[in-house]
Amino acid sequence: MSQQASLYEQLGGEAAVNAAVDIFYRKVLSDGRISAFFEDVDMEKQAAKQKAFLTMAFGGPHNYSGLDMRTGHAHLVERGLNDSHVDAVIENLAATLRELGVDDALINQVAAIAESTRDDVLGR
Amino acid sequence: MVTIHYAKDNFELGEDQSVLDCLTDRGVPVPFSCRSGACQTCLMRATGGKPPEASQQGLKDSLKLQNYFLACVCHPTEDLEVALPDDDDIQAAIPATVKSLTLLNPEIMHVALECHAPIEYRAGQFINLFQDPTLGRSYSLASVPYEDDHLHLHVRRLPQGRVSGWIHEELRPGQTVEVRGPAGDCFYTSGNNEQGLVLIGTGSGLAPLYGIVRDALGQGHTGPIHLFHGSRDLDGLYLTGELHDLVRQYTNFNYVPCLSGGDVPHGFASGRAHDVAFQQIPDLKNWRLFLCGHPEMVKAARMKAFLAGASMKDIYADAFNVSQSS
Repeated sequence: MSQQASLYEQLGGEAAVNAAVDIFYRKVLSDGRISAFFEDVDMEKQAAKQKAFLTMAFGGPHNYSGLDMRTGHAHLVERGLNDSHVDAVIENLAATLRELGVDDALINQVAAIAESTRDDVLGR
Repeated sequence: MVTIHYAKDNFELGEDQSVLDCLTDRGVPVPFSCRSGACQTCLMRATGGKPPEASQQGLKDSLKLQNYFLACVCHPTEDLEVALPDDDDIQAAIPATVKSLTLLNPEIMHVALECHAPIEYRAGQFINLFQDPTLGRSYSLASVPYEDDHLHLHVRRLPQGRVSGWIHEELRPGQTVEVRGPAGDCFYTSGNNEQGLVLIGTGSGLAPLYGIVRDALGQGHTGPIHLFHGSRDLDGLYLTGELHDLVRQYTNFNYVPCLSGGDVPHGFASGRAHDVAFQQIPDLKNWRLFLCGHPEMVKAARMKAFLAGASMKDIYADAFNVSQSS
């Protein structure tokens, strides 16, 4: 792998996102710690949002700002979204990548990007 | 120079500009979020011209076929006429003559309509039928365009249903009604002919499924096709003879009538249609699903199918929401 290859390229770009999105969303829905937040959502729209999130976490092209993250999750913070839920999402993200055979070093980089959104997601 | 036509306006597309930027810069309220072709918030439809393939990445096949695209990653090299998905005036109302009205069971009426102008549709899509210009309801198409001469609807009579009551009580063959459509992305697409199909419907949710099954068979689908139709009691099932005929005709087609009420005679499965389906086919990885009928059933079945391994892109659904004004 060349030095120049971005995280997104090393992971496999859009194909990797497509491979990960169903696995990740399935894990999130089956995780009793966070599944309640996904109960009354349109699954199709939610899957598209998951895809946008994964693209960002994989270091791919995105245009999300901190403000988007805040406004997008404000209604969930009102319902009690807290650090433990963010932890659960990041765990599911790492487990998804492990299932796809991704190296730990790359998984850590993805987790770090997801981690960087924590305060915005939680409105702090 | 590429021009984007939206409503009655023409906009010149700037160099390297996306259709989304072109429209939002001029004040067209296109919703958007990720601006990188992932979140699908800026979904639009080309009503003239062909959207570039790159702008359809990740969309359901049935949306691609109808020229839907993502505006944020759409960089056309030719003129495009575009609309937002909910723009009502994409289609004009077409008059249609009622050819026949036949009861399929005590509460579901088979309506055959002959349109006065040709209407291009796919089996499983829906049309809106108008009692008067302000009162219309959506009904799924059970007909197959290349097999049936007319549009076929299965109209279930709802308690206090204004349009369904009118169709059941007052409408007569020979009368003219107005229809608008078609719309909807719950239909069969060819290209993966060996994929297994599971179709689950309750009540008049059989209408789109009856069309989709015959369309898939007509287009030479070779993979297994399992249809589960559910009702509480025997009275609620219909077209059972026709469906058993199809089973005899096609070795890859299987029909399972399901009864969720107490009395279940031989030849019927006991339980709700989606429960029976998921019991019989527990692993849905690589299967394609069609879910039509009661909104609660559609919602529960979509979740179960996804958790049982079906890809979100392979789940097609049409929830029959009852209009608030009945």
